[in-house]
Amino acid sequence: MEEKLAPIVQRLEQDYGTQASEQSGEVSLVIPSEKIVAACQQVRELGFEQLSTMTAVDYWPHEDPRFHVLYQFTSLSLHLSLRFRVMVPGVNPSLPTVTSVYRNADWRERELWDMFGIKFAGHPDLRRILMPADWEGHPLRKDYPLGYEEPQFTFNFDQISLRKPYAKE
Amino acid sequence: MGVEQKLGNMGVVTTTLEEVVNWSRNNAMWPMLFGLACCAIEMMSAQASHYDMSRFGMELMRASPRQSDLMIVAGRVTRKMAPVLRRLYDQMPDPKWVISMGDCASCGGVFNNYAVVQGVDEVVPVDVYVAGCPPRPEALIHGVITLYEKVRSEKIAHWK
Repeated sequence: MEEKLAPIVQRLEQDYGTQASEQSGEVSLVIPSEKIVAACQQVRELGFEQLSTMTAVDYWPHEDPRFHVLYQFTSLSLHLSLRFRVMVPGVNPSLPTVTSVYRNADWRERELWDMFGIKFAGHPDLRRILMPADWEGHPLRKDYPLGYEEPQFTFNFDQISLRKPYAKE
Repeated sequence: MGVEQKLGNMGVVTTTLEEVVNWSRNNAMWPMLFGLACCAIEMMSAQASHYDMSRFGMELMRASPRQSDLMIVAGRVTRKMAPVLRRLYDQMPDPKWVISMGDCASCGGVFNNYAVVQGVDEVVPVDVYVAGCPPRPEALIHGVITLYEKVRSEKIAHWK
């Protein structure tokens, strides 16, 4: 672990009762979901000015809190990076928003709502950002059907043409 | 049929209305400047000096649907883009034609999933399909020439 990062991680470990893990030089901390806003506030004050990315992983059906939401922070002044991992259950998934701490979390949280259906309580404008507004479902969930249409070849061309919705003039 | 070739030095040629109109439609077919994915790169290269579509009078890409006759759907059409594409088509004045360029636009290509329309003919009526992933500029030029042949043989009864 980086020399300058070790005291910061130690302090966060104490404050949130968690254990840091390190892989390939990337340090990650599991934060309880109700404390995420306070943890973000603290990490910002400790010099991580930038929320570089925010994403989620769906571990369905292998793990029980099926969603892990990841917050990746960068400190431009200290030249460090740090990751938070928050576990979110699959039934009615919800997290408090961190837009009050990092303004750019706005669109990231909209993307997570759009793709995974994770709600962010207190978000100023929680709409879909990538999919059309009237879309149903959340496509990056592992149980979302990928969708498949039978390809049209010479042998089944006429059969598929009958049911294919061709455009009118 | 009247006299269709120049005779002597009379300075007069007669022909049919059908042929004159089809000829003029053919020789001033302006495509719309509109690309959706990697096929658009091939479309640009077809326009540029190496392949030079303007040899055939098809170089004048218009940035507005109001001024264009030909829509080249260059790339995969997502379900979110489909209404936009249809609106652009509706904004084009008649007569208008559509070339579906590449596998994705023609049938979904490798993107057989929920997000991509499986063939742009579900959204707009297509005249010529160009195969390839992406098609080479020669293939696109061949597609446009094929469309020209279609337009040249259109009958007066089917004009729009």
